[in-house]
Amino acid sequence: MILLIEQLLNGLQFGVFLFLVSAGLTLIFGIMGVINLAHGSLYMVGAYAAAIGMQLTGSFWWGLMMALPAAAFTGWLVELVIIRQLYRRDHLDQVLATFGLILFLNELTTICFGRAPLFLSLPETLSISVEILPGLLYPLYRLLIIGTGLLLAFLLYLLISHTRVGMLLRAGTTHREMVEVLGVNLTLLNTGLFVLGALLAGFAGALAGPLISVEVGMGENVLILCFVCIVIGGLGSIRGALFGALLIGMVDTLGRAFLASGLRLILPLEFADSIGAALSSMSVYLLMALVLIFRPQGILPVLGRVR
Amino acid sequence: MALLQIEHLHKRFGALAATDNLSLQIHRGELHALIGPNGAGKTTLISLLSGSLQPDSGLIQFDGRNLLQFSEATRPRLGLVRSFQITSVFPEFSALENVTLVLQSQQGHSFRFWQVARNEFELRSKAKEYLKQVGLDQKSEIPAYALAHGQQRQLELAMALALKPKLLLLDEPMAGMGPEESLKVVELLQQLKGKITMLLIEHDMDAVFSVADRVSVLVYGHVIATSTPSEIRKNTEVCSAYLGEHEIPVAN
Amino acid sequence: MLGVGFLLIGFPWFADWLDEPYLVSTASRIWIYALAAMSLNLLVGFAGLVSFGHSAYVGVGAYVVGILAWHQYEETNFLGLPGTLEGFISIPFAMIVSGIVALGIGSLCLRTRGIYFIMITLAFAQMLFYFFVSLEQYGGDDGLMMMAGRNKIPGLDLGEDRQMYWLSLVALGLVTWFLRRLSMSRFGMVLHALRQNETRLKAIGVPPYPYMLVAFVIAGALAGLSGALLTNHMEFVSPDFLHWTRSGDLLIMVILGGIGTWTGPILGAIVFLLLEEFLPLLFQEIGLYLFSEHWRLVFGPLLICIVLFAKGGLHALVFKQMKGVHGAFAN
Repeated sequence: MILLIEQLLNGLQFGVFLFLVSAGLTLIFGIMGVINLAHGSLYMVGAYAAAIGMQLTGSFWWGLMMALPAAAFTGWLVELVIIRQLYRRDHLDQVLATFGLILFLNELTTICFGRAPLFLSLPETLSISVEILPGLLYPLYRLLIIGTGLLLAFLLYLLISHTRVGMLLRAGTTHREMVEVLGVNLTLLNTGLFVLGALLAGFAGALAGPLISVEVGMGENVLILCFVCIVIGGLGSIRGALFGALLIGMVDTLGRAFLASGLRLILPLEFADSIGAALSSMSVYLLMALVLIFRPQGILPVLGRVR
Repeated sequence: MALLQIEHLHKRFGALAATDNLSLQIHRGELHALIGPNGAGKTTLISLLSGSLQPDSGLIQFDGRNLLQFSEATRPRLGLVRSFQITSVFPEFSALENVTLVLQSQQGHSFRFWQVARNEFELRSKAKEYLKQVGLDQKSEIPAYALAHGQQRQLELAMALALKPKLLLLDEPMAGMGPEESLKVVELLQQLKGKITMLLIEHDMDAVFSVADRVSVLVYGHVIATSTPSEIRKNTEVCSAYLGEHEIPVAN
Repeated sequence: MLGVGFLLIGFPWFADWLDEPYLVSTASRIWIYALAAMSLNLLVGFAGLVSFGHSAYVGVGAYVVGILAWHQYEETNFLGLPGTLEGFISIPFAMIVSGIVALGIGSLCLRTRGIYFIMITLAFAQMLFYFFVSLEQYGGDDGLMMMAGRNKIPGLDLGEDRQMYWLSLVALGLVTWFLRRLSMSRFGMVLHALRQNETRLKAIGVPPYPYMLVAFVIAGALAGLSGALLTNHMEFVSPDFLHWTRSGDLLIMVILGGIGTWTGPILGAIVFLLLEEFLPLLFQEIGLYLFSEHWRLVFGPLLICIVLFAKGGLHALVFKQMKGVHGAFAN
């Protein structure tokens, strides 16, 4: 039982990561109509910046602080040079161009920092575990991630649906000329949105640093999972991204933890082990397959949005 | 019995009732025009009839069958054929290939992998006939994107005819046409009258009143009147819905 | 045309004359990838379906050959059946299995369109990648070697690089011819129409889904053929064959060469693999050592530029024709 709760919390925490990265991706696609494969690279930039920052200053907090401007700057540069050319292009062009961007950024990172993974360590104050239930000790850091992520989700939701900026962004997708005629600088708005997405992804990367190894290619692993989140949750909505991300986070974590042992209960041992190992890493995709069979429009489709 | 029977059709988009308790009957062989101010819900109705949208409630009977059971791609096979407001053809195919494809699909499935389609003489000569009917036989080898706008409309019509429709849904066929071209379309409609049942959605009042057997008026998703053209013209309710005047002016 | 054919067939002797026999091996690889790119072109160029997970089917076909060879070598059974090194069994079986996998995955992916479709094909390919990584018995991450050498085909000795080259070339030729016939058939017409205007296709009474699915399966099976040949060529298979970047590479080859053309995928494969092979050497020659190891630094932006500025691809460049109206991937 304790194990279950622990894994549920792990799942929640993973889901929060996925949300932070998915949110930017889904907003950029839903509002700006651009699919950006290199979004995962921004996650990677955040992680590397935090790692380097920590190595230079010796402080985890400074590392975290450095990640944000690094990600924002990279995002700004990417939008300026590349994304801006892609707004009017079809999806294939966007996919290929941003794929080229991934190759470039990954290679650049390898040149600067080598191929060996970097490691971040947590400061003493955060390395403790907290007793949240009698008999259950859970790392404080992970709890903070969950809290921060949910807070950001809420703030983001407020921004998009309850502020003037959010309204302008939403209007900008369907009535670009109108919004421009109203005197709003749509280019600035789009750049701002992209940088926001980059910040979220970079922040997630920095937070993830202490928990996973920081290496080239980490962004793409997360990116593909984000795709699954978005497909399940529906493209273009924060709500959908949150729902999809939390669901995927849970399913992946619980699947890896329990699927193999669960199978041992119903299948002979050798089968259970080999299939279990295979299935547990595939559980998320199996879920996606199920959703596609029964609800191809996603679980929380956004009405009236352009696909 | 009516060929097309629509009863109490409803369709909402959020707070907007695009189709609001719409009832309409189309009789066999007639040319029934549907007019109404912009935003009245004509496009929604077409989408509901063609199958690209599903209604919230209501009944649509076509040729004795419940149309709502059939998917978008199967309805043309029943004989319910639509044309598009914005010209929609296969731009890279020649005019002939466009029509040939229609005839090919009429023959059932297209899971033939070996025979070279261009060599199917029978299909192509039949296709040529349809092109002739709309006056495009001289342009049969020209790719559709290279045709003039009016000619593309004619091509669409040829494709629609090739489907041997029982009911032809014409979605503003004269949109964007000059007076000469519009006249050609009106002539064509006159030729088809009686042979094919047609539901014509149009803004061009001259055309509508010269060619329609009956006219229905659609306002805010609801049919407010159905009658002969002359009766409709005098109907004050209709006039005020359109213009706030006592009679709909028709240039003659 | 015939002249080119003779040149291609005679290439191994040309390579011998240059005293660079490894070129034959490189050329085989090019033909094999060109075959895979051809199969992807069926989806992308003709039906307008941008699949970002095509390497999965290459990988499935590759693993079928590898696994069968492994069982034959270990003299163990797979689900009750013995392994085999017979090319006449392995290779067609590889095609059948990848076709079936394509059927399963395609039936799910094709329920979506546009950007969803791209994302989902990618996701499923990743799923298969993880699946093969988890197969510890077949090498997992490290992959599987063909211990007893390449497949046996009566009359040929595939162990000889030259013969592998000819087999790959013939396979490419056959597939090209098959796809040409397909393109001109009734089925092909429907696919072309599908890419141009799906709404219109529905309006004339043709349901798109069955045709897309069949195209997906054919493309998958042909990709499996490519994979089977690849395993034979390298005498090795690993999950890397299914990595999503390989799917990206295949798409690049198709675009590079010019979508929807016949020579496009082949030209694209040639240029892509030659660049991959020789860019590092080129940089070394001109003294830019940084780039010789990190040639992708140039490759990435190069790709971006091509996408943004040279839409017709190499095909347009070489043959000076541009495809007419596009809207190829507009929804």
